[in-house]
Amino acid sequence: MSLRSPLGRVRGLGSAKQGVAHWWSQRITAIALAPLSFWFLWVLVVNAGASHEEMRSLIAQPLNAVLLISFLYCAFWHGKLGLQVIIEDYVHHRPTEITLLLVVKFSAFLSAAAGILAVLRIAL
Amino acid sequence: MAVRPRPLSPHLQVYRPQLTSTTSIMHRFSGMILSLAAVFLVIGLLAVASGAEDYLRYKTLMSGGFGIGLFIAFTFSLSYHLLNGIRHLAWDAGRGLDVSSAYASGWASIIGAVILTAVVVGLVLGGAA
Repeated sequence: MSLRSPLGRVRGLGSAKQGVAHWWSQRITAIALAPLSFWFLWVLVVNAGASHEEMRSLIAQPLNAVLLISFLYCAFWHGKLGLQVIIEDYVHHRPTEITLLLVVKFSAFLSAAAGILAVLRIAL
Repeated sequence: MAVRPRPLSPHLQVYRPQLTSTTSIMHRFSGMILSLAAVFLVIGLLAVASGAEDYLRYKTLMSGGFGIGLFIAFTFSLSYHLLNGIRHLAWDAGRGLDVSSAYASGWASIIGAVILTAVVVGLVLGGAA
């Protein structure tokens, strides 16, 4: 049995004009980020004080490069989703709210792109 | 027509904080700090990619008092958000929702985060020295 009305099911949209995509992506990125964060902390501990050459060869290892890019991608996506909720909850002035939401979205994308480009330049 | 201010809930002046609300607020706050930390990670990666000189500049910044302070704040935020995030995922799976479990897991997140931060910061500063 479904609690959704037939019209709602046909349109696939609730009153919020979207489904559970936001909630669900936040959980998926969280599940991915949990092991990646433990890995990241371990890498920090093992390579503390590394010289430039050591740091380059560390990031250039294929496994590290792949995990680092995954970490950056998930972290900025997850962060964008979280900051979006905080802004929607606390900023009640609509023009400011939309401006901040766009700033968060664009900075998250630009930062992720810059980080991934840096890893690729080192690894390739 | 005069616009009446919308009611605020909870009433912050008469509100006694509980562990559960405190851990919730800390989760949001550490998430905000981590957004900043992620930008610092990207700056570090750009510095490594850009060359030995820029990497040294980044390393010098991060090993000064300001850098170490940031590093401790970032490490604690990551440790706490990570452990408390696992608590949230357990709740999403329908586990640990009763009051005594929520309090036990709340303390576990806080104490676990302090221990994890101490271990990581200690080892990193020890390794960097």
